[in-house]
Amino acid sequence: MKLQKASSFALYAVLELAANPTHPLSGTEIAEKYGISAHHLAKVLRDLGRAGIVEAARGVGGGYRLTANPKRLTLLDIIQIFEPVGPQNVANGDPELVTDAGCALRIVLDELDDHTLATFRSITISTMLKLMTRKPWVNSAPATKLARRAASRR
Amino acid sequence: MPRHISIMKSPPAVKNTDALRIRPAVHSDLLALTALDEEITGLAKRKYWKETFARYGARRRLPRFFFVAEDNGRIEGFIVGEVRAWEFGEPPCGWIFAVQVRPKARLSGVGTRLFEALCAAFRRAGVESVRTMMARDNHLVLSFFRSQGMMAGPFIELEIALN
Repeated sequence: MKLQKASSFALYAVLELAANPTHPLSGTEIAEKYGISAHHLAKVLRDLGRAGIVEAARGVGGGYRLTANPKRLTLLDIIQIFEPVGPQNVANGDPELVTDAGCALRIVLDELDDHTLATFRSITISTMLKLMTRKPWVNSAPATKLARRAASRR
Repeated sequence: MPRHISIMKSPPAVKNTDALRIRPAVHSDLLALTALDEEITGLAKRKYWKETFARYGARRRLPRFFFVAEDNGRIEGFIVGEVRAWEFGEPPCGWIFAVQVRPKARLSGVGTRLFEALCAAFRRAGVESVRTMMARDNHLVLSFFRSQGMMAGPFIELEIALN
Protein backbone atom coordinates (compact mmCIF):
# COMPACT_ATOMS: atom_id res chain seq x y z
CA MET A 1 0.00 0.00 0.00
CA LYS A 2 1.04 3.60 -0.41
CA LEU A 3 0.20 6.57 1.79
CA GLN A 4 -0.90 9.91 0.41
CA LYS A 5 1.87 12.50 0.24
CA ALA A 6 0.40 14.58 3.07
CA SER A 7 0.37 11.56 5.42
CA SER A 8 3.97 10.66 4.61
CA PHE A 9 5.11 14.26 5.03
CA ALA A 10 3.30 14.46 8.38
CA LEU A 11 4.99 11.27 9.58
CA TYR A 12 8.44 12.50 8.49
CA ALA A 13 7.84 15.78 10.32
CA VAL A 14 6.54 14.18 13.51
CA LEU A 15 9.41 11.65 13.57
CA GLU A 16 11.97 14.42 13.10
CA LEU A 17 10.42 16.49 15.89
CA ALA A 18 10.18 13.46 18.19
CA ALA A 19 13.84 12.64 17.54
CA ASN A 20 14.80 16.23 18.48
CA PRO A 21 12.66 16.99 21.53
CA THR A 22 14.86 19.85 22.79
CA HIS A 23 15.54 21.47 19.43
CA PRO A 24 12.63 23.06 17.53
CA LEU A 25 12.89 22.53 13.76
CA SER A 26 11.63 24.71 10.94
CA GLY A 27 9.52 23.28 8.16
CA THR A 28 12.30 24.18 5.72
CA GLU A 29 14.87 22.13 7.65
CA ILE A 30 12.60 19.09 7.59
CA ALA A 31 11.68 19.59 3.93
CA GLU A 32 15.34 19.83 2.92
CA LYS A 33 16.27 16.65 4.78
CA TYR A 34 13.57 14.64 2.99
CA GLY A 35 13.74 16.45 -0.35
CA ILE A 36 10.05 17.35 -0.23
CA SER A 37 8.08 20.50 -0.99
CA ALA A 38 8.46 23.04 1.85
CA HIS A 39 5.19 24.64 0.74
CA HIS A 40 3.26 21.36 1.01
CA LEU A 41 4.95 20.54 4.32
CA ALA A 42 3.94 23.94 5.74
CA LYS A 43 0.29 23.08 5.06
CA VAL A 44 0.74 19.68 6.66
CA LEU A 45 2.37 21.21 9.76
CA ARG A 46 -0.54 23.63 10.10
CA ASP A 47 -2.96 20.68 10.09
CA LEU A 48 -0.83 18.89 12.69
CA GLY A 49 -0.89 22.07 14.79
CA ARG A 50 -4.69 22.29 14.58
CA ALA A 51 -4.86 18.66 15.70
CA GLY A 52 -2.76 19.46 18.79
CA ILE A 53 0.18 17.32 17.74
CA VAL A 54 2.78 20.03 17.08
CA GLU A 55 3.11 23.68 18.00
CA ALA A 56 5.06 26.50 16.43
CA ALA A 57 7.29 28.83 18.41
CA ARG A 58 8.09 32.17 16.77
CA GLY A 59 11.26 34.24 16.99
CA VAL A 60 14.94 33.39 17.26
CA GLY A 61 15.40 29.69 17.89
CA GLY A 62 11.80 29.17 16.90
CA GLY A 63 10.36 26.35 14.89
CA TYR A 64 8.06 23.43 15.42
CA ARG A 65 8.09 21.09 18.38
CA LEU A 66 6.09 18.00 19.21
CA THR A 67 3.45 18.54 21.88
CA ALA A 68 1.89 15.07 21.83
CA ASN A 69 3.40 12.24 23.85
CA PRO A 70 5.37 10.06 21.40
CA LYS A 71 4.69 6.99 23.57
CA ARG A 72 0.96 7.51 23.01
CA LEU A 73 0.81 9.07 19.55
CA THR A 74 0.18 6.37 16.95
CA LEU A 75 0.63 6.25 13.20
CA LEU A 76 -3.16 6.06 12.93
CA ASP A 77 -3.59 9.32 14.89
CA ILE A 78 -1.51 11.09 12.25
CA ILE A 79 -2.52 9.34 9.05
CA GLN A 80 -6.26 9.67 9.62
CA ILE A 81 -5.92 13.45 9.71
CA PHE A 82 -5.03 13.33 6.03
CA GLU A 83 -6.79 10.28 4.60
CA PRO A 84 -9.42 7.70 5.51
CA VAL A 85 -8.07 4.48 7.03
CA GLY A 86 -9.94 1.23 7.59
CA PRO A 87 -13.22 -0.08 6.16
CA GLN A 88 -14.98 2.59 4.12
CA ASN A 89 -18.70 3.18 3.68
CA VAL A 90 -19.95 1.86 0.38
CA ALA A 91 -22.44 3.93 -1.59
CA ASN A 92 -26.01 2.69 -2.03
CA GLY A 93 -26.35 0.63 -5.20
CA ASP A 94 -22.63 -0.21 -5.31
CA PRO A 95 -22.05 -3.77 -6.62
CA GLU A 96 -20.20 -4.45 -3.34
CA LEU A 97 -23.57 -4.22 -1.57
CA VAL A 98 -25.99 -5.76 -4.02
CA THR A 99 -24.20 -8.63 -5.77
CA ASP A 100 -22.76 -11.87 -4.38
CA ALA A 101 -19.41 -11.26 -6.04
CA GLY A 102 -19.38 -7.71 -4.72
CA CYS A 103 -20.24 -8.80 -1.17
CA ALA A 104 -17.56 -11.52 -1.24
CA LEU A 105 -15.01 -8.96 -2.46
CA ARG A 106 -16.12 -6.55 0.28
CA ILE A 107 -15.43 -9.16 2.97
CA VAL A 108 -11.90 -9.70 1.67
CA LEU A 109 -11.21 -5.96 1.39
CA ASP A 110 -12.59 -5.36 4.88
CA GLU A 111 -10.22 -8.05 6.22
CA LEU A 112 -7.28 -6.18 4.71
CA ASP A 113 -8.57 -2.86 6.03
CA ASP A 114 -8.97 -4.28 9.53
CA HIS A 115 -5.35 -5.44 9.54
CA THR A 116 -4.18 -2.06 8.26
CA LEU A 117 -6.14 -0.29 10.97
CA ALA A 118 -4.80 -2.56 13.73
CA THR A 119 -1.23 -2.14 12.48
CA PHE A 120 -1.33 1.66 12.30
CA ARG A 121 -3.08 1.85 15.67
CA SER A 122 -0.53 -0.34 17.45
CA ILE A 123 2.61 1.49 16.32
CA THR A 124 3.54 4.61 18.26
CA ILE A 125 6.01 7.30 17.29
CA SER A 126 8.37 5.99 20.01
CA THR A 127 8.20 2.54 18.44
CA MET A 128 8.99 4.05 15.03
CA LEU A 129 12.06 5.81 16.49
CA LYS A 130 13.25 2.49 17.93
CA LEU A 131 12.68 0.83 14.54
CA MET A 132 14.74 3.56 12.87
CA THR A 133 17.56 2.92 15.35
CA ARG A 134 17.36 -0.85 15.04
CA LYS A 135 17.27 -0.80 11.20
CA PRO A 136 15.82 -4.31 10.73
CA TRP A 137 15.88 -3.75 6.96
CA VAL A 138 19.67 -4.08 6.97
CA ASN A 139 20.65 -7.70 6.21
CA SER A 140 17.15 -9.03 6.89
CA ALA A 141 14.22 -10.55 5.05
CA PRO A 142 12.39 -7.23 4.61
CA ALA A 143 15.53 -5.78 3.04
CA THR A 144 15.61 -8.69 0.63
CA LYS A 145 11.97 -8.05 -0.13
CA LEU A 146 12.74 -4.38 -0.80
CA ALA A 147 15.68 -5.31 -2.99
CA ARG A 148 13.51 -7.76 -4.96
CA ARG A 149 10.86 -5.08 -5.41
CA ALA A 150 13.43 -2.57 -6.59
CA ALA A 151 14.90 -5.12 -9.02
CA SER A 152 11.47 -5.95 -10.46
CA ARG A 153 10.92 -2.27 -11.27
CA ARG A 154 14.16 -1.99 -13.23
CA MET B 1 -10.51 19.65 8.26
CA PRO B 2 -8.49 17.65 10.71
CA ARG B 3 -10.21 16.65 13.87
CA HIS B 4 -8.61 17.39 17.22
CA ILE B 5 -6.99 14.32 18.66
CA SER B 6 -7.01 13.76 22.37
CA ILE B 7 -3.48 12.64 23.05
CA MET B 8 -1.94 12.69 26.48
CA LYS B 9 0.56 15.53 26.22
CA SER B 10 2.75 15.07 29.23
CA PRO B 11 4.35 11.71 29.86
CA PRO B 12 3.43 9.95 33.09
CA ALA B 13 5.76 10.15 36.05
CA VAL B 14 8.62 7.80 35.31
CA LYS B 15 8.97 5.25 38.03
CA ASN B 16 12.43 4.33 39.20
CA THR B 17 12.79 0.67 38.26
CA ASP B 18 16.10 0.17 40.10
CA ALA B 19 14.29 -1.62 42.93
CA LEU B 20 12.41 -3.78 40.48
CA ARG B 21 13.38 -7.43 40.54
CA ILE B 22 12.42 -9.96 37.88
CA ARG B 23 12.33 -13.51 39.21
CA PRO B 24 10.56 -16.81 38.60
CA ALA B 25 7.10 -16.96 40.16
CA VAL B 26 6.85 -19.01 43.34
CA HIS B 27 3.82 -20.63 44.93
CA SER B 28 3.43 -17.86 47.51
CA ASP B 29 2.93 -15.33 44.63
CA LEU B 30 -0.31 -17.00 43.55
CA LEU B 31 -2.65 -14.85 45.64
CA ALA B 32 -1.00 -11.62 44.51
CA LEU B 33 -0.94 -12.77 40.86
CA THR B 34 -4.59 -13.69 40.93
CA ALA B 35 -5.49 -10.37 42.55
CA LEU B 36 -3.43 -8.41 40.02
CA ASP B 37 -5.10 -10.21 37.12
CA GLU B 38 -8.51 -9.57 38.68
CA GLU B 39 -7.64 -5.87 39.14
CA ILE B 40 -6.80 -5.60 35.43
CA THR B 41 -9.41 -7.85 33.82
CA GLY B 42 -12.22 -7.64 36.36
CA LEU B 43 -12.41 -11.44 36.37
CA ALA B 44 -11.50 -13.63 39.35
CA LYS B 45 -9.77 -16.72 37.97
CA ARG B 46 -8.23 -18.45 40.99
CA LYS B 47 -8.43 -21.96 39.51
CA TYR B 48 -7.00 -20.84 36.19
CA TRP B 49 -3.93 -19.20 37.78
CA LYS B 50 -3.40 -22.13 40.11
CA GLU B 51 -3.36 -24.49 37.14
CA THR B 52 -1.22 -22.13 35.07
CA PHE B 53 1.30 -21.89 37.89
CA ALA B 54 1.34 -25.68 38.22
CA ARG B 55 2.08 -26.01 34.50
CA TYR B 56 4.43 -23.08 33.96
CA GLY B 57 5.76 -22.01 37.32
CA ALA B 58 6.56 -25.23 39.07
CA ARG B 59 8.01 -27.55 36.44
CA ARG B 60 11.36 -25.95 35.80
CA ARG B 61 12.75 -28.86 33.78
CA LEU B 62 10.48 -28.01 30.85
CA PRO B 63 11.18 -24.89 28.79
CA ARG B 64 8.26 -23.07 30.41
CA PHE B 65 8.68 -19.73 32.14
CA PHE B 66 6.59 -17.73 34.55
CA PHE B 67 8.29 -14.53 35.72
CA VAL B 68 7.07 -11.83 38.08
CA ALA B 69 8.20 -8.24 38.52
CA GLU B 70 8.51 -7.46 42.21
CA ASP B 71 9.01 -3.96 43.60
CA ASN B 72 9.50 -3.67 47.36
CA GLY B 73 7.63 -6.88 47.97
CA ARG B 74 4.72 -6.00 45.68
CA ILE B 75 4.01 -7.85 42.43
CA GLU B 76 3.76 -5.20 39.68
CA GLY B 77 3.47 -7.53 36.72
CA PHE B 78 4.07 -10.97 35.28
CA ILE B 79 4.78 -12.74 32.01
CA VAL B 80 4.27 -16.37 30.99
CA GLY B 81 5.67 -18.23 28.02
CA GLU B 82 7.11 -21.48 26.76
CA VAL B 83 9.14 -22.98 23.98
CA ARG B 84 6.76 -24.54 21.51
CA ALA B 85 7.40 -27.00 18.75
CA TRP B 86 6.09 -25.54 15.52
CA GLU B 87 4.40 -26.94 12.46
CA PHE B 88 4.70 -26.04 8.77
CA GLY B 89 8.43 -26.78 8.69
CA GLU B 90 9.29 -24.05 11.18
CA PRO B 91 11.76 -24.61 14.04
CA PRO B 92 10.56 -24.35 17.65
CA CYS B 93 10.04 -20.82 18.92
CA GLY B 94 9.33 -18.95 22.12
CA TRP B 95 5.64 -18.32 22.68
CA ILE B 96 4.29 -15.61 25.00
CA PHE B 97 0.76 -16.15 26.13
CA ALA B 98 0.27 -13.79 29.05
CA VAL B 99 1.66 -10.45 30.14
CA GLN B 100 0.15 -8.05 32.66
CA VAL B 101 1.44 -4.91 34.35
CA ARG B 102 -0.37 -3.05 37.11
CA PRO B 103 -1.96 0.04 35.47
CA LYS B 104 -0.15 2.48 37.78
CA ALA B 105 3.20 0.85 36.99
CA ARG B 106 2.80 1.08 33.21
CA LEU B 107 5.09 3.14 30.97
CA SER B 108 7.88 2.77 33.50
CA GLY B 109 9.74 -0.17 32.01
CA VAL B 110 8.18 -3.03 34.00
CA GLY B 111 6.78 -4.76 30.92
CA THR B 112 10.05 -4.26 29.07
CA ARG B 113 12.06 -5.86 31.91
CA LEU B 114 9.66 -8.83 31.98
CA PHE B 115 9.82 -9.19 28.19
CA GLU B 116 13.62 -9.05 28.21
CA ALA B 117 13.82 -11.66 30.98
CA LEU B 118 11.57 -14.01 29.05
CA CYS B 119 13.52 -13.47 25.82
CA ALA B 120 16.76 -14.23 27.67
CA ALA B 121 15.22 -17.47 28.97
CA PHE B 122 14.11 -18.38 25.45
CA ARG B 123 17.63 -17.71 24.14
CA ARG B 124 19.09 -19.97 26.82
CA ALA B 125 16.58 -22.62 25.76
CA GLY B 126 18.00 -22.43 22.24
CA VAL B 127 15.24 -20.80 20.21
CA GLU B 128 15.81 -17.93 17.81
CA SER B 129 12.42 -16.25 17.58
CA VAL B 130 9.51 -15.26 19.80
CA ARG B 131 5.85 -15.20 18.78
CA THR B 132 2.55 -14.29 20.30
CA MET B 133 -1.04 -13.81 19.15
CA MET B 134 -3.79 -11.51 20.36
CA ALA B 135 -7.01 -9.85 19.34
CA ARG B 136 -6.62 -7.10 16.73
CA ASP B 137 -8.51 -4.71 18.97
CA ASN B 138 -6.25 -5.26 21.99
CA HIS B 139 -4.48 -1.97 21.28
CA LEU B 140 -2.68 -1.75 24.60
CA VAL B 141 -0.91 -5.10 24.47
CA LEU B 142 -0.36 -4.90 20.70
CA SER B 143 1.34 -1.53 21.18
CA PHE B 144 3.46 -2.99 23.97
CA PHE B 145 4.74 -5.87 21.82
CA ARG B 146 5.31 -3.47 18.92
CA SER B 147 7.35 -1.25 21.22
CA GLN B 148 9.56 -4.26 21.97
CA GLY B 149 10.30 -4.55 18.26
CA MET B 150 7.86 -7.34 17.43
CA MET B 151 6.40 -7.23 13.93
CA ALA B 152 4.03 -9.34 11.85
CA GLY B 153 5.44 -12.85 11.54
CA PRO B 154 5.35 -15.32 8.67
CA PHE B 155 1.96 -16.81 9.63
CA ILE B 156 -1.61 -15.61 9.19
CA GLU B 157 -4.15 -16.78 11.74
CA LEU B 158 -7.33 -18.18 10.11
CA GLU B 159 -10.54 -19.47 11.63
CA ILE B 160 -14.05 -20.58 10.73
CA ALA B 161 -17.22 -20.87 12.78
CA LEU B 162 -18.25 -24.52 13.22
CA ASN B 163 -22.00 -23.98 13.21
